[in-house]
Amino acid sequence: METPDTRSAQPWPIRLTHWANVVLLPIMAASGLQIWVAYPYMGPRGALMKPFPLQGWAPPEWARIGDWLAGARHWHFAFMWLFVLNGLVYVGYLFASGEWRRRLFLPRRDARGALAMAAYYLRLRREPPAPQFYNGLQRLGYTGALSLGALAVLTGAVMYKPVQLQALGWLVGGYEGARLLHSTSLFLLLVFTLGHVVLVAVHPRTVLAMVTGRGQT
Amino acid sequence: MRRTRPLSRRRLLLGAGAAGLAACDSSNPHAGFLGAMERFNLRVQSGLLRPGLLAPTEPEGSFTPEEAFPDYFISPTVPLPPPDWALEVGGMVARPRTFTVEDLTRMPRTDLRVRHHCVEGWSAVASWHGVQLRELASIVGADPRAPCLEFRSFDSGYWSTWDRESALHPQSILAYGMNGEPLLPGHGAPLRLYAAVKLGYKMVKYLTEVN
Repeated sequence: METPDTRSAQPWPIRLTHWANVVLLPIMAASGLQIWVAYPYMGPRGALMKPFPLQGWAPPEWARIGDWLAGARHWHFAFMWLFVLNGLVYVGYLFASGEWRRRLFLPRRDARGALAMAAYYLRLRREPPAPQFYNGLQRLGYTGALSLGALAVLTGAVMYKPVQLQALGWLVGGYEGARLLHSTSLFLLLVFTLGHVVLVAVHPRTVLAMVTGRGQT
Repeated sequence: MRRTRPLSRRRLLLGAGAAGLAACDSSNPHAGFLGAMERFNLRVQSGLLRPGLLAPTEPEGSFTPEEAFPDYFISPTVPLPPPDWALEVGGMVARPRTFTVEDLTRMPRTDLRVRHHCVEGWSAVASWHGVQLRELASIVGADPRAPCLEFRSFDSGYWSTWDRESALHPQSILAYGMNGEPLLPGHGAPLRLYAAVKLGYKMVKYLTEVN
């Protein structure tokens, strides 16, 4: 028999960084969308990227922060440091505490469970897989979101200093590649957040765990 | 008897949130939290700047067609130079003087074909020909203690200031030509700043004065 897990369901560093993100991510997204409005096209001048679906798209006013380009850039470049710091604290804690073992997606351990859970949600399977701390699909989602955050930061750094950080830029296809991946990471984080909020609404007790640290995950 | 705590956690959070938002004024971003972070970013920026790190030369095929390369100016119509135009160089220099375009073309020429980054988010590629600012600085005997440079234009008085390190970067030039031709009025004729390490709006066009 396994010894029961006596750890807190959501230790305080996890809760702190989670709720900080609830504030920081919308600020980064909304100021980023205001910056996008200044030049709402993908691809360099004279060679726009034809397949990009949102050429010329202006996000609604309510989804923007910063009023104008310079204002939004100030918001974006101020809060990016808090966003990065928050991510570093989270990842640092994950590894220092060993929490990564029950939170990160490890393909060999979790792939089968993630598929089973997806099949259950899609009504292709009647019974959910046996409950555990996080199911495979949750691990995939949270690890994916964390990776998207890292991608957003790295591609953002390339756009912040394209010449000085050109070695990093080379990895992501230069300035224009960084711009495409930066927008893509925002879009995918939005998709993740929507799914996350819906599933949390279906399982409201998980919110309690993220507030008090105890209970169901 | 139960008494409410003078400062509950919720109140503290709400208060901090409100104070935080007050410190972020989009119309005056040089103040408060945004301003403090701007000064922090300036230090990061100068820490990242490496004088020997050059922007890569872009491949020939990446040229932006001339008509697709934006030509921004402030005046209602394209600014044209006065007939007796010459660049005035002064300030903390040992030998202040003026330069005509002919003077500059007689100096060692530097060609750049690097990616142009605009503050708005677009990028474009052209080739630019001119004289390194560091070359100019040595001719006029610029004081190494001068921390920054001021560039003035005849486009409705538009001006910009630069940090010394960026100006002395080998890919910072006073450009008199673009894509093998003399500069067109839309792109800043007769003389403009061009640099790999700056955004477009810092590359003052229609130059008249450097201090």
